[in-house]
Amino acid sequence: MHVPDGFINAPVSVAAGAVAAGAVAVSLRGARRELGGVAALGSRRGQGDGVGGERTAPLAGLVAAFIFAVQMLNFPVAAGTSGHLLGGALAAILVGPYTGVLCVSVVLLMQGVLFADGGLTALGVNILVMGVVTVLVAYGILRALLRVLPNGRGSVTGASFAAALVSVPASAIAFTGLYAVGGTADVELGKVFAAMTGVHVLIGIGEALITAATVGAVIAVRPDLVYGAREFAARPLEVRTTRVAAPGDGTVPRPAGSPAGAATGSPDGSAAAPVGETAAASAASVRPDGRSASPARTNRGLWLGGMAATVICAGVVSFYASGSPDGLEKVAADNGIDKKAEDHAAKDSPLADYGVGGITDPRLSGGLAGVIGAGATLAAGSSVFFAVRRRREANAPQAAGTPSGASGAGGPSGQEAV
Amino acid sequence: MGAGHAHKLYLHGHSPVHALPPHCKLAAVFCFVLVVVSTPREAMWAFALYAVLLAAVARAGRVPYGHLLKRMLVEVPFVAFALLMPFVARGPYVEVQGMSLSSSGLWGAWNILAKGTLGVAASVLLASTTELRELLLGLQRLRLPPLLVQIASFMIRYGDVIADEMRRMRIARLSRGFSARGVRQWGVLAKSAGALFIRSYERGERVHLAMVSRGYTGTMPVIDDVNATRAQWTGAAALPLAALVVCLMGWAL
Repeated sequence: MHVPDGFINAPVSVAAGAVAAGAVAVSLRGARRELGGVAALGSRRGQGDGVGGERTAPLAGLVAAFIFAVQMLNFPVAAGTSGHLLGGALAAILVGPYTGVLCVSVVLLMQGVLFADGGLTALGVNILVMGVVTVLVAYGILRALLRVLPNGRGSVTGASFAAALVSVPASAIAFTGLYAVGGTADVELGKVFAAMTGVHVLIGIGEALITAATVGAVIAVRPDLVYGAREFAARPLEVRTTRVAAPGDGTVPRPAGSPAGAATGSPDGSAAAPVGETAAASAASVRPDGRSASPARTNRGLWLGGMAATVICAGVVSFYASGSPDGLEKVAADNGIDKKAEDHAAKDSPLADYGVGGITDPRLSGGLAGVIGAGATLAAGSSVFFAVRRRREANAPQAAGTPSGASGAGGPSGQEAV
Repeated sequence: MGAGHAHKLYLHGHSPVHALPPHCKLAAVFCFVLVVVSTPREAMWAFALYAVLLAAVARAGRVPYGHLLKRMLVEVPFVAFALLMPFVARGPYVEVQGMSLSSSGLWGAWNILAKGTLGVAASVLLASTTELRELLLGLQRLRLPPLLVQIASFMIRYGDVIADEMRRMRIARLSRGFSARGVRQWGVLAKSAGALFIRSYERGERVHLAMVSRGYTGTMPVIDDVNATRAQWTGAAALPLAALVVCLMGWAL
């Protein structure tokens, strides 16, 4: 549902508009690369960033038209009621985060200007909540899950389900946050949070089902069009070459000359390395991820186990945790230190005191808060970790660029060790 | 395409409002809505004056009031939400016909209803008196990034094509005996959505190639550059300026 004029006060609307404009500006730049990257995957010769420029407008425009149209596709629920797709998560998965933000923003802009759906001053709020938050959350979850899940179409579908499932309540939470800052109506924050989240969890389930099925349908026919899973579903073209001389001393590997060799290349490099040296012939913009090699696989088990344990601990075991104050609180209370302690500034936050506001059952509330807290911590920690690693990778691009050993496509996997 | 090339939202006409350059109108509507949103909600008469202003613009643009009201139905979901508000907001409560309603909730509901309705009416007026292509040109004149405007114009141009494609798929489903009754049919519908995405994307690729072969380099040539005269700007500014006066009075009184 689009936010109308007058729901969020003017200063916050303007601020949200500025943030949304920044996000759109960043997306305009990024979409060029994303849509150009798809070109490199296809039959055209990949030239990197330069190609994308003139492809952006037609492709992003048509994708925006698709999102606009697919929002009119009715999915019957029961007894005459029906719902429709919101499309943010779907766009993120199919065309990538930048293009996704761009397409959803354009759809919202046109809906606001032409159909009076969503206020003009609330345009920034709408783009921020429904475009940016939804797309970023969905894409982040998709990529994180694809890292830990085994390769295959099933994982992509499952990850899309989870991504869409979380993205809708996340956007509801983002809206509640904006409402907390600049809401004009005097409704308790807890009530707004509970109502918004409750309704949007239901909507999210429907959105997740449809998104997963749609992504599954696309990936079965054109796996190369699913941007979020391009390294996992689309097989990069491998040209087998015979080894002419030791690599690294300037001799160029020569193609074997048999075109059939390209087609029979090992699908994901998980099997033993082919007899001849393989060189990933995918264009320079397709980063060989090497994620299927064995070290990554063992880590994946660890990851899965760890995440399962965390969820169980946070969600279930915390039911039985001690309700009495922890050590420091106890000491403070005994000594009267806490007389002066003021309540925490975030005491009104929806997650204060490790319970979800608006949910009365203490166990359910505590467990939910635990899961949300653990998830937030995990997200923050992982983002720091990935940022650090990306920087480290950026510092040593040459090392990854040249195939250093005879392992070919599996080569870069050595630095995949987590 | 039998119905002419104008969008169905557009109301063809020759009025002073139609004749204004699109970017002036866009800027005027945006400023007007901004002024409305920042009006204090206690000044009820101010909102009535805003409505009178909009009615005057509709009159000048020869937009029938019935058309305006019909197009404003898009607002209905939010009306329902606003009506709910007096029951959930916190108190002090007032007795209205035996029901205890929160007075701040009543104010909140009024606030959203009044401002939302005025915003919707202003956008409807804009869309009814401005052609789509003009609107996009106006957005470009207002310094929206050209790429964004191009994307929007592709979306508008092909929106009907894609929607028609979806309609044909629906007819194909119906003619094969499919009827969507509940969640169990979602798989088929989702497959249609997937096919629609592939068709849209491939159409985008074809459009791109066709344009490149005709010399497209990523920017569209601007053929009809509309410039606004001082008089036109003044005409367009009449609405937000009048609204601003009302708003200031609302704060002062």
